[in-house]
Order: sequence, then C-alpha cells, then structure tokens
Amino acid sequence: MRFSMLPSVFAQMFKKPWTNKFPAKYAPSNTTQFLADVGEGKAEIIPPIETPIGFRGKIKYDKEKCIGCQLCIKYCPCEAIEFKPKTKKIKIYLARCCFCSQCNDVCPTNCLTMGEEFLLADTDPYSKDLIVE
Amino acid sequence: MKQETTTKTSYHIPVGPIHPALKEPVYFEFEISGERIVDVNVKLGHVHRGVEWASRKRNPIQVLYLAERICGICSFCHPAAFTLAVETAADIQVPERAEYLRVIQGELERITSHILWAGVAAHEIGFDTVLYFTWQIREKALDLTEYLTGNRVTKGIMTIGGIRRDITPDMLPRIKKDLNFFKDNFEKLRHIFLDDKTIKMRSQGAGILTKKDALKLCAVGPTTRASGVKKDVRVDTSYFAYGDLDIDYITPDVLTGEVNGDVYDRIIQRLLEVKQSIGLIEQCIDQMPAGDIVSEPKIPKLMNQLKKVNGEGVGRHEAPRGEVIHYVKFDGHSENPYTWKVRAPTYNNILPWIPMLKGEQIADIPIVAASTDPCMSCTNRVAIVNDNKRYELTKEQLHSLSVEKTRRVLK
Ligand code: SF4
Ligand code: SF4
Repeated sequence: MRFSMLPSVFAQMFKKPWTNKFPAKYAPSNTTQFLADVGEGKAEIIPPIETPIGFRGKIKYDKEKCIGCQLCIKYCPCEAIEFKPKTKKIKIYLARCCFCSQCNDVCPTNCLTMGEEFLLADTDPYSKDLIVE
Repeated sequence: MKQETTTKTSYHIPVGPIHPALKEPVYFEFEISGERIVDVNVKLGHVHRGVEWASRKRNPIQVLYLAERICGICSFCHPAAFTLAVETAADIQVPERAEYLRVIQGELERITSHILWAGVAAHEIGFDTVLYFTWQIREKALDLTEYLTGNRVTKGIMTIGGIRRDITPDMLPRIKKDLNFFKDNFEKLRHIFLDDKTIKMRSQGAGILTKKDALKLCAVGPTTRASGVKKDVRVDTSYFAYGDLDIDYITPDVLTGEVNGDVYDRIIQRLLEVKQSIGLIEQCIDQMPAGDIVSEPKIPKLMNQLKKVNGEGVGRHEAPRGEVIHYVKFDGHSENPYTWKVRAPTYNNILPWIPMLKGEQIADIPIVAASTDPCMSCTNRVAIVNDNKRYELTKEQLHSLSVEKTRRVLK
C-alpha cells in the first residue's frame, strides 16, 4: 500500500506536461521586456492553445451592414454598447463586455460576430484595443 | 494555536462573515471545549448584493446573464431555473430538442461541479495529489463546455423558450471521446476515494447528518440524499427531458448497502452522481429528436409576448448542490420582472452544518463543511477571542490543522 504510487510516479517522469507553457517555458521576470524582445525577434513566444470553433472572443463589427436599429443596445446585459447618433453606428466597450454574444443573436443584419482574439488584458479600459467601432 | 489556561472550559470561535470567495456570506460561532465543538450558531444574510432588485431594471434576456452571475459554478442552473419560471408564467412551449440539449448542459455542469468538489475535499484533508488529478479531469470538462457553448465558465447558453446553441452531428465524436475520458478517470477517482485508507479514516463517522435531521432542516441535493432521503427534482417533477430518460434517486446504499449520512457517504453520493450524469448525457445523445432549438428566435417578438404577461411562475431545477428555486412575477405593463426571488441550494444546506459539526473536532471543520459543497470560504478567516485577547486562525492554519490530523490518524 505504501508504495502503490510508484508506478504512477515513473509513468509521470516520461509524460509530457499537461499544461501548455504559454507564453514561454519559464515565466519571464519582466513581461514588458519579454514582449519587446519578441517584437524585435530576440525571443520566441510559445503560442496559446487554439480556440475551438464557435469561441466567443473579441467582437467583430461590420460597420457597413449596421442599420442603427439599436436592438443590440437594448439586449446587451452589460450596457457595453453606446449609440453614436451622428453616424447612426455603435461603439462597443469591451472592458464592460461579458462575451455572451447576445448582441450577435439579436442583430437583424448579422453585422456582429464573435472573433477568436482573447488576449485582451489592458491597464486602460478605454485603450484602442478594447473599443470596437 | 496557543491557548492560555482559564477557568472557563469552553471558548468561542467566530467564523466569517465576509470573504471575497464567499458565495453566500455567512457567520458561524463555534463553542469549543478543548478540541471538541460543543455548539454551533449560524447567522445568515450578511451581504445583500441586490441581484434581485437589479432585475427589475432589466428585461428577461438581460436577467439571464444576471442570474448566471449569482454563482460561477452553477452558471447554468440559475438561468435554467429562471427560464423555467418565465416559461411557466408566460406559458411558453419549448421544442423537444431544446429540452434534451438543456439536460446535456445541466449534467455537464454537474460533472464539472462534483469533480471540483472532489478535489477540494481531498485538499481539505491534505491529499493534494488528488486535487491535481481532479483538476486535470475538470479541465477536460471545461474544454468540452467551451466547445459546446463558446465560454468556459459563464456559459450563456440558456434562453427563454429554448437553448442558444445546437449540437450538430459533427460534434458528437468529440463529446463521446470526452465522455469516455471521464469514464476512465472516474474509475481511478472512485478507487482513490473509496478504497483509500486515509480518506476512509477521516471521513467515516465524521459529520453525521441523520435522516431525521436532514428532513427537519430541509437539506437538499447530495447532502440530503447521502442521508437516505429520496429527494431529487429531476425525478420528482421531471422537467426538461428528464421524464423521458432513465433516471432514479441515488442514495449511497446503492453501493454500500447502508446509509450512515457521514462525510464518506457524501463522497460516495457525489461520485455516484457523476456516473449517473455521464449516463444521462449518453442517453440524451442517443435519444435526441431533430427539430428546432428555440420556440421564438426573434427576441423582440418574444419580448412583446412577455410584456402582455400578467402572472407569476416558479422554476425548480436540480443544481449540483440541490434544488434551486426561482420565482418570477410579471405585472402586464413592462417586460421587466415585477419581482424575482432566488433560493439557492446552499441556503438549505447551511443549517445541517449544526448537527454535523456538533461533537466533532476543530480539525474536522474544513472537511465536514466542504462535504456539503458550499463555496468553501467561511473557513478562510477565523478569529479566536479568548479572554479578551484576540488572535486569528487563518484558512492556512485551519488547513494545516486538518492536514496534521490526517498525519496523526495515519500513524
Ligand atoms: S457580447 Fe454580450 S456583453 Fe458583449 S457587447 Fe454583446 S451583448 Fe453586450
Ligand atoms: S443590432 Fe446590429 S444593425 Fe442594429 S444597431 Fe446593433 S449592430 Fe447595428
């Protein structure tokens, strides 16, 4: 009974790790520096696991198709969408969005879709990456 | 934990009430004599989030996502019970296929939740390898959830009058593969939990809830079924597609032939339920009829229909932790609910802690409390007031006490 774990321990030694070592094999001590290095091609990033089909990531907005009916605004549970009366288009603040895709379902012209992008962490809720318009 | 000698034989340990991880903030006061718990007192209702009030400013579609956020682990159960309530109030017929899809989502959530619980329970008695093992299984369950719904935790899959995403034939191989993975690993998990000496020593005879107490205190879900009470909303009211499926009450005597109502029984109970859930998903996949998945795809039209509703509805759903009840009332003027009331299962399972904990040791608090599967958080911070000197027992200290006890019983 005492040593019943030994087979598992041995098997474990030759198995690949269960987790994906994203973004690098060892956590970089300075993430900003690491990202800069990646930008210059000095370091390499281990890519994240691929997202499945139908994943709910950053919203894509096809501005041309939008008719300004404001239905998405009415049914968005997070009040993440703002109406721009001048252009009759919408503006989505992803910092408030909960990625429920309800706006996609309700839009009559299907101009909203959920994308694959999910690395959206930012220190500024109003940064350009977090606003879709 | 140091203690000074006083003339008083017992002292009090207040537990809670607030911790960020708490789903339902709760306050316990333990009366302790030496290592034994003499008495327990529970106070509820410390933080009121106003979720129900917030619903009055939102239309039912928005409330679905609000309901989802009552609890992260039960993120299907709350919208499910809410939808059932709205559908009763508005007399909406749900297509049959959607009913089956709802069962699949509900049971997948039960698997995820029970596996998570198994890991936490093992962690509480200091068995961390099992925690990592269960997390591995749970990760697969979450991946499957993501594949079926698009999100990992807050699924956003329920809608009034149906369900938002279909399961197409090309998705079935992946689902079947994952179900087989669960089955294989379930056997391993069963072996660890049911045959391991340490787990038996810590859980058998600990935190007993008698059938009488379970009935008297209205315990729900696995907590009450582990005490031998046959109570399960899925069987009792056969909502969704449960009426067409082969499902029966599960009590621990199915496996062991007797009901003790202790922590060990609650472990058996949950493991048996995981197995039952896997079976139910398989049945659904085999029996699912073709057809629509939502009764009214045009949401504005649905809202107009709800606007005219003047009435009330009650929705009951068997969440992983027990019966969740939602009550909804519409006034006929606006589509926003006039009132909405939620009764989550942990609420019923808090009072049974009193008979469970009485007579146990301090080191048993974590595992006994965890055995009812609350969002294990009350033990996160314990302050001991002893002779007007106040010192705190953190979650870590309480945890290490529990781990020490495991080592002691092993010797
Ligand atoms: S995905 Fe949901 S929260 Fe985000 S903008 Fe659309 S409706 Fe609002
Ligand atoms: S629902 Fe669609 S068409 Fe209407 S305003 Fe929103 S994005 Fe534009």
